[in-house]
Amino acid sequence: MNFVLAIVIGSLYAAGLYLMMRRNLVKLIIGLVLLSQAANLLIFTAAGLGDGRAPLVPPGLDEPTTDVADPLPQALILTAIVIGFGVIAFTLTLFHSAYRVSQTDDLDEMKATDT
Amino acid sequence: MNLLLVLPILLPLLTAAILLPAWRHRVLQKWISVIGMLIQLGVAFTLLLAVMDSGVAAVQMGAWPAPFGITLAADLLAAIMVVLATLKGAAVAIYSLTSIDKGREAYGYHPLLHVLIMGVCGAFLTGDMFNLYVCFEIMLMSSFVLLTLGGERGQMEGAIKYVTLNLISSAIFLAGVGILYGMTGTLNMADLAAMLREGDLTADDHLMMTVLAMMFLVAFGVKAAIFPLFFWLPASYHTPPAAVSAIFAGLLTKVGVYALIRVFTLIFVHDVTFTHTLILVIAGLTMVTGVLGAAAQNEFRRILSFHIISQIGYMVMGLGLAAAAIAPALGEAADSPSRLAGRLALAGSVFYIMHHIIVKTNLFLVSGVVERLQGTGQLKKLGGFYRSWPGLSILFLIPAFSLAGIPPLSGFWAKFVLVKAGLQLESYAIVITALAVGLLTLFSMTKIWAAVFWPDAPEDSPMAKESEEYVAAKQGVGVMIAPIAVLALLTVVIGLSAGPLFSVALDSADQLLNPQAYIDAVRPVSVVEGIADAIAAKGEKP
Repeated sequence: MNFVLAIVIGSLYAAGLYLMMRRNLVKLIIGLVLLSQAANLLIFTAAGLGDGRAPLVPPGLDEPTTDVADPLPQALILTAIVIGFGVIAFTLTLFHSAYRVSQTDDLDEMKATDT
Repeated sequence: MNLLLVLPILLPLLTAAILLPAWRHRVLQKWISVIGMLIQLGVAFTLLLAVMDSGVAAVQMGAWPAPFGITLAADLLAAIMVVLATLKGAAVAIYSLTSIDKGREAYGYHPLLHVLIMGVCGAFLTGDMFNLYVCFEIMLMSSFVLLTLGGERGQMEGAIKYVTLNLISSAIFLAGVGILYGMTGTLNMADLAAMLREGDLTADDHLMMTVLAMMFLVAFGVKAAIFPLFFWLPASYHTPPAAVSAIFAGLLTKVGVYALIRVFTLIFVHDVTFTHTLILVIAGLTMVTGVLGAAAQNEFRRILSFHIISQIGYMVMGLGLAAAAIAPALGEAADSPSRLAGRLALAGSVFYIMHHIIVKTNLFLVSGVVERLQGTGQLKKLGGFYRSWPGLSILFLIPAFSLAGIPPLSGFWAKFVLVKAGLQLESYAIVITALAVGLLTLFSMTKIWAAVFWPDAPEDSPMAKESEEYVAAKQGVGVMIAPIAVLALLTVVIGLSAGPLFSVALDSADQLLNPQAYIDAVRPVSVVEGIADAIAAKGEKP
């Protein structure tokens, strides 16, 4: 499982970075999405994959009876997904209004502020 | 004490929430904003005094013990940064009273300012790597909106670069946090520090820690705008209104520097000869590229933007030099010359940040007044300020000379300490770079002076013609100059009372170099023993 996920994460990073190096605004934002998903999966994998169950304590006991999965990385990812969602939503509107103002989706044309 | 640590994060949120129902009342919004900032300033000072008085303070949210709960911790560095951030916030809130146009105020400029301060204070006070990420995102989101509010073409294009590079840095930061958790099983900074200092790292772990150190260096480096990751800064900082530029210039990059200082004194101390030497080299390159970039510019705020980069170099330089005190050679006494020099370098960094935040904001605020009166920031089209506005000219000269390091202003002492530490550690290359960059800074400041203040105003400029716009722009400039005057006064005060302030910086360097106090405050011995007992008790069960 680790091996498969490693390949998936690597591909996501590679695809994300490739898209970000294009000149198109839309590809840039898809690249950003892929990059943040890759980071989320990386947390998931790096924190350790096991065949643990949900970390629930049966009624009447004060600790779980079997091995349980570590809930913290999942909480981290959940937070990161929510933040990523907000950020991407903002970025989409930003890129859309940038397109409307400058009438181009080519990043190489957006040089008004460069020196 | 508990409340004091939470208030700097809670108050701005509260003020922002109060501002929302007042959405349509511009005047009311302005005054709530200023009053909120002033209360916040009072709280920040109280926190600093409390920390100076009784050492590192920590509080666990919801009373969950340290590695499990959400930790807020304030050592001297964090408290100093909170004071500076709110000082900046208050200055900019007052400056915004007359300088922000109706359109921006109608779209939530003031609430956003407070949310920005909340994110920044949160980043300074949090004791947990993941919460640092969350606070960074709060800060970034509000800065994104502040940067694009107004929707001019330059702002949009600058914002695309700013947003994209900062999101990449956040993704790297998040990945680093994930791997760090995978390796250590904790994200509490004090817990991490204790764990990494107690346990012996295997060779593999050692290598992995260095990889992680590089990930965090890149992630925070983008936010701090160090070489070669600074490109978003000069492309975006001159596009929004001067008040927004000023708060960005003084605060956002410094949060990156703070995070670098925090992780590279607390967590990544396993291989300082590699990591901190690299930081030192980057510091030198940052200084040089920043100052050369500034020399090539011909617009007021673009010159200042590039100078932020070169100044970041100085702050990072102190961190690089501090390696001598972070991991001393075996058997070296606590008062050996190289350890003392390393401590001096780190204190120099802290002092440099104190000086820089005040001075840099002030310069941007002055540039805002100039642009308002003349309608442009192009050096060629400016002039005449010394004749018509002698007071403002003096208020520019004070921070400008301070930035270049002319005694007895604050910048001189900050540079002096760093150079002294560099000489003691025999790092001559970085010392020569620092001194040369100081000279070039003076050149840039002279260039601004010689174009904006000294010559007569160009004949077709609003000032020379006494045009209607000029007369209209003069209304309300007094409110903008008031915070400039206060900050300039502070620059002089820091310069003249450098001794006491520097001893505070030294204390904060001591706390950073001996993190035991920090660890103990966050993770009291009783709690650690309690957990150990609990684990041992479980182990004994059949």
